[in-house]
Amino acid sequence: MATKTRTVDVKLSTTGLDSRGRAQRVPLATDEAGNIVPLTAPPSLEPELEGEHMLLNLGPQHPATHGVLRLVLELDGETVVRCIPHIGYLHCGFEKMGEYRQYNQIIPWTDREDYLNSPGNNVAFSLGAERLFGIEITERCKVLRVIAMELSRIISHCVWLGTFCIDIGAFTPFLWIFQQRERVYTMLESWIGARLTTSLTRVGGMGADIPEGWTEDLANFVRTFPKVVAECDAMLTKNGIWVGRTIGLGAMSAEEAVNYGLSGPMLRASGVAFDVRKDFPYLDYETYDFDVPVGQAGDVYDRYLVRMEELRQSTRILEQALKRLPDGPVNVDDHRVILPPKSKATSDMESMIHHFKQVMEGPRPPVGESYVAVESPKGEKGYYMVSDGTSKPVRWRIRPPSFVNLSAIPRMVEGHLLSDVIAINASIDIVMGEIDR
Amino acid sequence: MRAFFAPWMVGPNAEPTFLVWIVATLVKMIAVFTVYMVGVALLTLAERKISAWMQDRHGPNRVGKGWLQPVADGVKNFVKEETYPDAANLPLFILAPILSFVPALITWSVIPFAAPWGSVFGNIEMVLAPLPVGFLFILAISSLGVYGIVLAGWSSNNKYALLGGLRSSAQMISYEIAMGMSTIPVLLLAGNVSLSQIVNQQAFETWNVLNLTVAFLIFLVAAFAETNRLPFDLPEAESELITGYHTEYSSMKFSMFFIAEYANMVTASALMATLFFGGWDIPFTLWDNVAPHTALKTLLTLGCFATKTLFFVFLYMWIRWTLPRFRYDQLMSLGWKLMLPLALAYIVAVAATIVTLDALGFEHGSVPFHVGLVLLNTAAVVILFMIVDRGRLVSPAYSRLDRRDLEKLRAVSSPHRAQPVSQAGD
Repeated sequence: MATKTRTVDVKLSTTGLDSRGRAQRVPLATDEAGNIVPLTAPPSLEPELEGEHMLLNLGPQHPATHGVLRLVLELDGETVVRCIPHIGYLHCGFEKMGEYRQYNQIIPWTDREDYLNSPGNNVAFSLGAERLFGIEITERCKVLRVIAMELSRIISHCVWLGTFCIDIGAFTPFLWIFQQRERVYTMLESWIGARLTTSLTRVGGMGADIPEGWTEDLANFVRTFPKVVAECDAMLTKNGIWVGRTIGLGAMSAEEAVNYGLSGPMLRASGVAFDVRKDFPYLDYETYDFDVPVGQAGDVYDRYLVRMEELRQSTRILEQALKRLPDGPVNVDDHRVILPPKSKATSDMESMIHHFKQVMEGPRPPVGESYVAVESPKGEKGYYMVSDGTSKPVRWRIRPPSFVNLSAIPRMVEGHLLSDVIAINASIDIVMGEIDR
Repeated sequence: MRAFFAPWMVGPNAEPTFLVWIVATLVKMIAVFTVYMVGVALLTLAERKISAWMQDRHGPNRVGKGWLQPVADGVKNFVKEETYPDAANLPLFILAPILSFVPALITWSVIPFAAPWGSVFGNIEMVLAPLPVGFLFILAISSLGVYGIVLAGWSSNNKYALLGGLRSSAQMISYEIAMGMSTIPVLLLAGNVSLSQIVNQQAFETWNVLNLTVAFLIFLVAAFAETNRLPFDLPEAESELITGYHTEYSSMKFSMFFIAEYANMVTASALMATLFFGGWDIPFTLWDNVAPHTALKTLLTLGCFATKTLFFVFLYMWIRWTLPRFRYDQLMSLGWKLMLPLALAYIVAVAATIVTLDALGFEHGSVPFHVGLVLLNTAAVVILFMIVDRGRLVSPAYSRLDRRDLEKLRAVSSPHRAQPVSQAGD
């Protein structure tokens, strides 16, 4: 059968060149039969308002996309008709790299995925690894980890509040709340030596015990921080413009929220009282007295209220943790997972062997798998790891709450205005490091 | 020396000769322009210092302890590279910053900034051009400012800039109407559109802010919208539109927009002081308003005018660092559904009150006349704040499209609707 060449005769309304003599690109599409046809101008819904839709690339370099999120928006005027999120601009391959690292060496990767919540990630990963190893951590370590997780929630929510304010146009609360964040970072620095990427925990314990006088710093913070929250609250919560900008925005019903797999404040704002700390307690969270704020409408305003209340509840937990902080060792007394002190390693034969084995090989968990979910500031954060008995995991995966929450963004923004896209995006509280990993 | 000037010396209260008038106007122009531009530069510093103070931080404190920061910024803007987008419409791209900068300056020419100075050369008015149609001139010129922004947005050939330009054109045109309407009660009271007359009327009677508070509030809001300052900075909206209409501008052209913003702010503040707060009038005394017009009176009234203006400039900054930003549809409904009807109703109310008071035989400017106006005004303000409370002022997100409308709109742009064109050789 002879092949027939087919030419397509496209009638052009122009010469095909633009004003500078460069070839103009003609958008092409195919019809149902597979023939190439040029795109014709879409017929207008309202003929008297003849116009066309505009494609707008919001990001990856845009001041309000919180990193390198790219939203392709189809705009009718300023109304968003379609929203397609593109991710992957910050892919680092943490999970793959983790397969070539010992468990303790993965902890620095957890700093860098959700970089606003480093201490919380460290704790969560260690919890997962300890479940794999079958380690029971000490009481002091548990309380210290609760302190780390709640401080972590506070700094993450601080960033969220500040950037949310900026995205809606209020600049001042951003600086007020960032000062508090700096205070937490200064405390973390005196604890572990690093501010942003803390690597606070180790499998079986902590990188360091808190220094002397640290609890006074924390008590001082717990006492003064709610005042700043109250100041921001006074600036925003009953502000007419703020309320008008956030109420009814990106509303998700409880059913929708569950169906999209939302978690954390996003889910609770929709009226579902799910909090991993209450429902699947870890680190003895069931013994702490705190409330889980739940919204009703599931709109941006409710998410704002829920997170503001979480800031207060976190300080409550910190208060209780401070009271019950016991004395005693921080790390488990098992030198197969925890490095012996350096002085003993140079004087004691057994310690030296442990030291050598740990540095050269790393601690080995039994064959198995473990999944631990914690309540991260963004939602349910899970770490899943599979061990084949060697010192490195076969697989290591993150369940990133931001990623799942972000998947609902087209549902939330479509039909709203461009300004609302920014507000809704800010209310999800995404961190691209966690989404792209 | 005195013999040389003798032909032009006409005594403190007489009209100056033409030559003296020309020289005085030139001197005033140079003085006002210089003070204005230096003031605007210092205002950028003031804005940063005030915001720093509100935000619990230091603000600029390096270049000359912070005082030379505007100079450093100016030098930086002059030596930075000028960039021109490849697809920009170059003539309009260059024209736009000029167009937004010049009207802000011109407006200043009809604002009286001090009491007249009765010099030996005659009575010199402290206003660049004492136009009899002063206020209409301001309305006309301030509408020109929108061209600069719209052209900047359109000529940049950038989607964000285009959206900024569109927003600002809609916003400025909407609020100009409310602004114009809100000042009609002032003109009704003054019986004149000359700004000097408006100042005089307020000096001898009462400041308009007491008589016409509602008009002042409308004017205040409209002035914020006209100058594109928060909470109405939608054309710039750095978190939504990068920086809106001046996204593509760099170096001195960017700086021109920046200067224009501050210049507009000063002009609007001066207008608020002039129309509603007695202009250069020193309150509670008529000493400054009557002859002899000494140099001391001129200086003191100048200081009084500067104080009032700077207070409003401070108010601008205060609000900017306090409030979040409106959304586009809220802005529009506030302008068209609230401020315009309110301004119109207020015109009717004030006019009716004036006619009634006239019919009752109270003279303009008499005490009962003002008591009547203040009573009306108090009632209007109370009603305004009872009815138009925050819940009604700013509508929540009712603007969201219905799901069905959304599907319809989507179908419009779907590639499946493409029509096949004639095909040959098949």
